[in-house]
Amino acid sequence: MTQDNLTMKEWPLWEVFVRSKQGIEHKHCGSLHAADAQQALHMARDVYTRRQEGVSIWVIPSASITASDPQDKDTLFEPARDKVYRHPGFFVLPDEVGHM
Amino acid sequence: MYTQSFTVPDGAAKPNDRPNFGAVLSPEQQAALDAAQIKFDAVIDADGKIEPKDWMPEAYRKTLVRQISQHAHSEIVGMLPEGNWISRAPSLKRKAILIAKVQDEGGHGLYLYSAAETLGTSRDQMLDALHTGKAKYSSIFNYPTLTWADVGVIGWLVDGAAIMNQIPLCRCSYGPYARAMIRVCKEESFHQRQGYEALLAMMKGTQAQKDMVQDAVNRWWWKCLAMFGPPDTDSPNSVQGMRWGIKRISNDELRQKFVDATVPQAQILGVTLPDPDLKWNAERGHHDYGPIDWDEFWATVNGDGPCNKERLATRVKAHKDGQWVRDAAMAYAQKKSARHSAQKVAA
Repeated sequence: MTQDNLTMKEWPLWEVFVRSKQGIEHKHCGSLHAADAQQALHMARDVYTRRQEGVSIWVIPSASITASDPQDKDTLFEPARDKVYRHPGFFVLPDEVGHM
Repeated sequence: MYTQSFTVPDGAAKPNDRPNFGAVLSPEQQAALDAAQIKFDAVIDADGKIEPKDWMPEAYRKTLVRQISQHAHSEIVGMLPEGNWISRAPSLKRKAILIAKVQDEGGHGLYLYSAAETLGTSRDQMLDALHTGKAKYSSIFNYPTLTWADVGVIGWLVDGAAIMNQIPLCRCSYGPYARAMIRVCKEESFHQRQGYEALLAMMKGTQAQKDMVQDAVNRWWWKCLAMFGPPDTDSPNSVQGMRWGIKRISNDELRQKFVDATVPQAQILGVTLPDPDLKWNAERGHHDYGPIDWDEFWATVNGDGPCNKERLATRVKAHKDGQWVRDAAMAYAQKKSARHSAQKVAA
């Protein structure tokens, strides 16, 4: 078998998300190669939850993720910078009001 | 398990899929490149993080691919000397612990290969470089594990040295590498403690057991000191690594920290570290230690250690023997998905 064939046959990449306990969201914890979704789940269990780190696992083909481009960082996120009035601390209230 | 804070040239540069501007740049391209470099430098200067899709200098990318892949190779080759002892562990308890540790090392390899893959190199390319001898891995695994005490000493000293090296890497400027190292470090403490505890048990045993521990310490001590890499005066690449926030603490500084931490542990264990020059220096506030045999170290790095050939041959055989499993899993997945879409069409 040639190296080209080997490379073509590399198992696809999956992203792994683990819920650490009931009530907490699934969190990205890493990636792995697997032939299909079932195998990806099994491997994620072996690699990422050996010390009771999780109660639930999601696996998603890495190729299915659409990500924002770092080049667009300013366009996407800069406009939020001058809208500090969206934060509660922007509003100064008299002390007598107490907690609000 | 490991890293040595220096990385040695692999022999062949790895291909990557990033755009290459070539030798001649238009003024616009040059201006764009300069702007990107200024942005990158500013992030590094502010102790910020670089993420996979961010622009980075090619030399930064290459250095990281080399260092992370060497680190990953070391993890999976590191499974071999200890794996030899799984079937010969002295009790079921020690066997279960050793299996867990060796499994961790495989996991560490996976975290690190994944981090390297974010830089545009494939798993197959990296494994190919390891199997053809183009890529290096930590020299420490080219020494044999002769007795059960070696397994304990590897945990205590080899993993102990690795922890010293790895903790600063958790703050590495490249995000995926830093995140992988945080995960590795969490698991590494178990490795060191189980090794030390196994040795404590032997030191409470017969004279023959105590002698076995001392013999293993004698054989591994100097090799662990060499794991930190050449002295700072002989590490020209370290300066660039520090500039890029890949390396945080110098080889000699880490080595000194390791010696200072290990001396009291050896006393509690009741073993002697095999260095007549090892003594407390009140003026420096550190232990002095004797000269390291760098000729022996480089001979092992360059392929002439006692187990270099055996380790690589075992790795290559495992990879080849597993090829049909990887092919079968892929074929099964493809067949299943083809059937699934055929059913969909029929319905």
